Amino acid sequence: MRTFYQITDTSIDPETLRGAITDAGSGAIATFVGVTRNSFAGKAVRHLEYEAYAPMAEREMERIGMEIAGLWPVVTGVAIAHRVGRVEIGEASVAIAISAPHRREALAACAHGIDRLKATLPVWKKEVFADGSEWRENREEEELDDGR
Amino acid sequence: MRDGMRVVVRLFGPAREAVGAGSVELELAPAATAADAVVAVGEAHPSLAPLLPRSRVAVNLEYVDAGTPLVPGDEIAILPPVGGG
Repeated sequence: MRTFYQITDTSIDPETLRGAITDAGSGAIATFVGVTRNSFAGKAVRHLEYEAYAPMAEREMERIGMEIAGLWPVVTGVAIAHRVGRVEIGEASVAIAISAPHRREALAACAHGIDRLKATLPVWKKEVFADGSEWRENREEEELDDGR
Repeated sequence: MRDGMRVVVRLFGPAREAVGAGSVELELAPAATAADAVVAVGEAHPSLAPLLPRSRVAVNLEYVDAGTPLVPGDEIAILPPVGGG
């Protein structure tokens, strides 16, 4: 299985992820890109700041990749990238790409991967407003007790 | 304490902000667990109190259970609820 895992303080290019996992035997690449939103609960967000426990986050990406390989053995590649530092509105903050022989497995593994990332990746997000800032938690945190 | 162990506890996100530092050093009893480290860091930094019950703990880059025993030199991290994506 081809893999590509990255915590980066520069922009994420989904094409780089796809390129890293392209495989001649794979007819499908599913990609999810998360982009930063300009509001939270009606309040205008100016930009976001992401902080990661980078070495652990990269290990966690690897762990999620292994989990995907176990659940969908036909998967031929897993690529994951997450931004850190200041991220402007509309920029990609996270991306995951999965290659597989056929679309069904690629799409399912991609959906699983982003769900796992949001629950376990040691990354924190701060929304910066005109009049202050707030750390924003993922709801997925509540769904962690699944005995993984 | 003479036979204690010195560990580094790294702090992230709101925990880092609450303490005003990315890591703190702690002296723990020899047979201390991850949970003991959390208690000790909370005593040393009361500003963390609201966050600690909701935080997870990692030792040497892996999530661990509260009862995980620590050894000298371990890198412990307090991980508040994550917000990646």
